[in-house]
Amino acid sequence: MDRFEWGDDSFLPGEKQVLQQRGVALYDGHEKTSFQDGILVLSTHKLIWKDVTDRSRILVLHLSLVVFLEEQPSGFAKSAKIVVHLNAVPSQKKPGPVSHSANHFIRLSFRDAGEREFNQAFSEQLQKRLWEQSLPTATPGPQGGRHRAGIMGIERSLKQKQKDTDKDISKAFEDLSKLMEKAKEMVNLSKTIAAKIKDRQGEISEDETVKFKSYLLSMGIPDPVTRETHGTGDKYYSELAKQLSKVLEKQLQECGGIMTLTDVYCRVNRARGMELLSPEDMLHACELLESLRLPVRMKMFDSGVIVLQLQSHDEERVISDTTDLVKEKTSLTADELAQLQGVSVILAKERLLLTEKVGGVCRDETVEGLRFYSNLFLTRTD
Amino acid sequence: MADIEWPWQYQFPPFFTIQPNIETRKKQIEAWCSLVLSYTRQQKTYSIDVRESQNSPLFNNKAINRKLSMDCILTVLEELRKTGHLEWTDNKTKKQCLVMWRTPEEWGKLIYSWICSRSMNNTVCTLFELTEGEESEGTEFHGLENWLLLRALKSLESQELAELMSFDGSDGVKFF
Repeated sequence: MDRFEWGDDSFLPGEKQVLQQRGVALYDGHEKTSFQDGILVLSTHKLIWKDVTDRSRILVLHLSLVVFLEEQPSGFAKSAKIVVHLNAVPSQKKPGPVSHSANHFIRLSFRDAGEREFNQAFSEQLQKRLWEQSLPTATPGPQGGRHRAGIMGIERSLKQKQKDTDKDISKAFEDLSKLMEKAKEMVNLSKTIAAKIKDRQGEISEDETVKFKSYLLSMGIPDPVTRETHGTGDKYYSELAKQLSKVLEKQLQECGGIMTLTDVYCRVNRARGMELLSPEDMLHACELLESLRLPVRMKMFDSGVIVLQLQSHDEERVISDTTDLVKEKTSLTADELAQLQGVSVILAKERLLLTEKVGGVCRDETVEGLRFYSNLFLTRTD
Repeated sequence: MADIEWPWQYQFPPFFTIQPNIETRKKQIEAWCSLVLSYTRQQKTYSIDVRESQNSPLFNNKAINRKLSMDCILTVLEELRKTGHLEWTDNKTKKQCLVMWRTPEEWGKLIYSWICSRSMNNTVCTLFELTEGEESEGTEFHGLENWLLLRALKSLESQELAELMSFDGSDGVKFF
């Protein structure tokens, strides 16, 4: 009987009432107690006995203290009983009606019957052990964990949730910032490897290493212009334009002085690593190239293709080169020219169209595609 | 047809694609016009059926597997019309046309100089004599179709170098 504590009939969060039975008396072991006529309530977490006459007399027994149940059938002038065998008294226990008892079991006497259903439900709950799921909040401290229903309770649980998410988020971002630090290291690493390869040039066999080298060399912008370092607005864009021009100048020279904006976008963003540029920002910066008098300029072809090209990149030279090349090969498609000059097909086509515009070549359009011939209409005189 | 002299352009694939470059196109169309005229002269044809012409060797070079598209043919023919070498017989549908590898004026001059060279001025001859007669054999206008001959003579008439007359159903002409 000393396992009972004084309590109320409120439920913990997640706790549910299972069954309730009138006319139940409590026995401490074999002895009668003063708790004679009460309503016995079984919840998923505890057993509650409520006095019918004195409503403030409420006893609570946690199901975690129950070991097993035993049924005692009714006899002559004896009501049916359930024997509840109990665990030892827990160390942290709220005051109960009896401070010490020699008995390790109590008996529930069902004067108004219903013992069979109760016994069944009771055993079921003991098997499910639902109280264990919210035990940590249920047991500690005299007041702690007692989530009263109502607005306070809801607010408290919301606050708890918020705290948890805050924790999760900051944890997640901690990882991200670590990753950023690593990215910088990776860029540095690639630079050192590139430098090493440069030093050893000649020692290592060409072809693949050279290719690898060129990839590495084109990688890595040590301190990319970002909104954080250079603010927003015009300043940011003009600084970005300067950096673009600086980075791209060499690369443009390597690929014939001209590159489509899409290629530029990919290359620049690869080089920037984590500080990615949006297409709009880049376009905006490219628009400033001319007004800043930088050596790299943006140009839009009649077809709508936008490219970046070196200022020194001479259109007339391209035209005469293309004209000569077509003359030499009799006829060329954009595809073939792209292969010959190592530029993209789009650019090769632009070159041919440009040359056609000034009459350097003429076209032959068939189902097989567009071919360009030397413009004999204008050059041949007979 | 083996005696037809094809220009070099005929073997040049871009010749069969209308060129977008204006200057190039001008040269190309010029070449086409002269090819059409020389072809019809050598073939002695005076009319073109547009649909049939698509498959004629004129617009279809089987050797290099290129042919001029319908649109392009019409462009070329329209250009010829502008220079007075062609006339649509059906102005709206544009399926049939008359080709004059010499304009009526040119024909008129040719005939008149032939007349002068034979001192036939002030004599009357029939149209049949002019185009089918023994005397005109070997001249370019031998075999000239009647409608074109009439136009040529009319152009001479307007210059008061000839006068058309008709008697008993046969037409004649008197040169001055």
